[in-house]
Amino acid sequence: MKKGKIFSALIAVTITGGLLASCGSSNAKNASSAKASPTKITAVGSTALQPLVEQAAKDYQNKHSNVTINVQGGGSGTGLSQIQSGAVTIGNSDIFAAQQTGITASKLVDHRVAVVGMTPVVNRDVTVKNLTMAQLKAIFTGKVTNWKQVGGKDEKINVVNRAQGSGTRATFEAAVLKGAKALKAQEQDSNGTVQKIVSSTPGTISYLAFSYVNKNIKALSIDNVKPTATNVTTNKWQIWSYEHMYTKGQPNAATQKFLNYIDSKQVQNGLVQKLGYISVHDMQVTKNAAGTVKQQ
Amino acid sequence: MSRKTTDRLATGTIYAFVGVVVAILCGLIGYILITGIPDISWHFLTSAATAFTAGGGIRDQLFNSLYLLLLTLVISFPFALGCGIYLSEYAPQNWVTGLLRMAIEVLSSLPSVVVGLFGYLIFVIRFNLGFSILAGALALTFFNLPILTRSIEEALQDVPNLQREAGVSLGLSNWRTITKIVLPIALPGILTGIIISAGRVFGEAAALIYTSGQSAPTVDYGNWNFLSADSFLNPMRPAETLAVHIWKVNTEGITPDAVAISAGASAVLIVIILIFNVGARFLGQRLYQHLTASKSK
Amino acid sequence: MDRMKQNLHQASKASYQDYFGKSISLFCASLVGMLVVAILYFVMTRGLATFTQNHISLRSFLLGQTWNPTQIGANGQPEVGALPMIVTSLAVTLLAALLATPFAVGVALFVTEIAPRRGGQLLQPMIELLVGIPSVVYGFIGLSALVPLMRHLFGGTGFGILTGTLVLFVMVLPTITSLASDSLRAVPLDYHSAALALGATRWQMLYKVVLRAALPGILTAVIFGMARAFGEALAVQMVIGNAVLMPKGWLTPTSTLTSQLTTGIGNTTLGTLPNNVLWSLALILLVMSLFFNSLVRFIGRRGRMQK
Repeated sequence: MKKGKIFSALIAVTITGGLLASCGSSNAKNASSAKASPTKITAVGSTALQPLVEQAAKDYQNKHSNVTINVQGGGSGTGLSQIQSGAVTIGNSDIFAAQQTGITASKLVDHRVAVVGMTPVVNRDVTVKNLTMAQLKAIFTGKVTNWKQVGGKDEKINVVNRAQGSGTRATFEAAVLKGAKALKAQEQDSNGTVQKIVSSTPGTISYLAFSYVNKNIKALSIDNVKPTATNVTTNKWQIWSYEHMYTKGQPNAATQKFLNYIDSKQVQNGLVQKLGYISVHDMQVTKNAAGTVKQQ
Repeated sequence: MSRKTTDRLATGTIYAFVGVVVAILCGLIGYILITGIPDISWHFLTSAATAFTAGGGIRDQLFNSLYLLLLTLVISFPFALGCGIYLSEYAPQNWVTGLLRMAIEVLSSLPSVVVGLFGYLIFVIRFNLGFSILAGALALTFFNLPILTRSIEEALQDVPNLQREAGVSLGLSNWRTITKIVLPIALPGILTGIIISAGRVFGEAAALIYTSGQSAPTVDYGNWNFLSADSFLNPMRPAETLAVHIWKVNTEGITPDAVAISAGASAVLIVIILIFNVGARFLGQRLYQHLTASKSK
Repeated sequence: MDRMKQNLHQASKASYQDYFGKSISLFCASLVGMLVVAILYFVMTRGLATFTQNHISLRSFLLGQTWNPTQIGANGQPEVGALPMIVTSLAVTLLAALLATPFAVGVALFVTEIAPRRGGQLLQPMIELLVGIPSVVYGFIGLSALVPLMRHLFGGTGFGILTGTLVLFVMVLPTITSLASDSLRAVPLDYHSAALALGATRWQMLYKVVLRAALPGILTAVIFGMARAFGEALAVQMVIGNAVLMPKGWLTPTSTLTSQLTTGIGNTTLGTLPNNVLWSLALILLVMSLFFNSLVRFIGRRGRMQK
């Protein structure tokens, strides 16, 4: 008899537990919104930008205890559609809102927080060190399929492209392909995966943000211009883009203060550069959504 | 071919299959443990993760994984149990029941990311739960329900009818027969379901990125008030789990020691799952013996 | 006398209990059913928007071979041909299940019938460990070990259906094995004894009696394994090449429905065509798994031993 009781008690506990957990949630929410003292900022979107915003948010919260900043990934598309619908405070994006289909860019306010440079990378067994822009375009459109056609050894070129609609791909296509249709090839959406595929597959070419270039892969120069931060600031290196933090309309005071913090010298010269980005303050040129570059 | 030869041949084949599987298992688990164990240290287990400097730990992620598992089981087990009991003991054999069974099985083939986005749009946005452990647990419930329900249902069905007849003939109601006689006997099968679904919770990443989030805010492990925002028990805080962390450092991480963190975290995950499996089986065995008054099965 | 009458006329305590129990379990079942319906409805409305709002013809979606949702094709409609992905998803799932089932059933027989002590206590927990390894880890091990091996053995880049199948094989193995051993364990001991008493060898007993009796359970195990294979994204994406091209052989880069869905979903905006077609991919997945589910059940019904 006793054994039976234990078991039914067990069931009762789990069932009530389940019910409590589901009701408890709403209680918890009410309780926290009743207090409502800390302002809550939610930033969602670009996974590439996430480490920067997350770290900045951590540092910021240490100084300002009255704000809770919640930084999540999900991709640029998610960031833009969620900021447009007003579900979040900040939408992080690798691309201009105007470049994304289905987004009304005029309703969003752009805050450019960093510049990211991108470079073509190849497996270490590729002997080529420099390509002309035309050669690079020919490779990614599938007109050149062997490294020997661009001065390397006789080896088939394995192209790894980035995911359609991703910021990296949009930037690369705008700067290199200039409207030509890309070759149908492997597509990967994360920098880490591309880095691993390029370093482990002979003859592979792809492109990565500067900060992901390591000793296992080789960055190429284009028209003898080296992929460096200095070359990006003058637009001598043309494959670069902004990291955006979008707000819907003008941000509220607390959000504005956080955005100001990210734009401050302290973050721009510290964190931004430590994470491999280029400070927006260093840029001598600007680029708009259509890709036109102007001297500042 | 004589039947003895066939028997020997078949047994040999089974041994060969088992040999191959054991080789794969040992290779895989060995690989993860060998590459990972050297990176595990007390510091690794007890310090917070860092975004871009070496030497980060997995303290918060480790706790989040365990807490998420607990919450998910607390939410999904009762429903799966009820649903399993209904399907096995009460459900009439008709097309509605068949449809329900099939729908539950189809559910388990949904890609994690679809469940993740569903969870995001419904729980995070519509129900206004925000990125939280609770939203993550609810999303994971979708993965757990099919496998839990099925193992509970099957485990119940495997209990010989004789046991039910005995219970009913003693004047017990059907319900009491089920809870007091049938369920205890079905315990080992139910445990398999729990163990597999727990493994899935530990290993899931895509669904959690959109629901419980991929950042781990600093929490206070001394704060036991689960309503307070920085309490480690607060189910409403965002929480990055170990699997999500492994995903993050591998795909977008710029931490210099990403390889070591990912290897170490994977090894930790394996060890935890092992402890959980063995622990659950041990407890289950004890409970089974206690409840059914049998020596062992 | 009155008391007796009362007892006879009133519902007994037992029947109240039964009523209570039945309602609780029915409540749970309908809740679970509602959850399932909710998510199915959700996927369906979004998935059908491609056809109802964006006016893509079903034919060009199912039979088209170019996937480029952001570009307008020759026929004036966006290029959203999903055929390569459907073929690849089908191929890797079926191959992985076909490959894994004999191994899984072999191991299940081993742990339940041949060496229940050694096997059951050591092998099963170890196999269940595999479920908890995150997909990413499988993906990276596949990328750093399996892809180079395939490249070495068969040439090409090493990415393709074969590599994807092998990774999925390992990933579905634990699900099929655990569930299959459960249903084998559930075969009544009498069956064993009866078969052996008739003079059957162990294999005859296993093959002609035990496996037949456990067939429905084993088939469900396979269904769950296939479901896992269908839904798996991150690991497959890394080893299959993730290029939406018709597979031309075992080792040409191609893409599954799930991997394309996962790659694209973060980069598109809700409610636009590129996003809607991704949900349509999810819908196809559902329909396909529904189809396999029914197929396997149908086979199971025909092969089932009469009890």
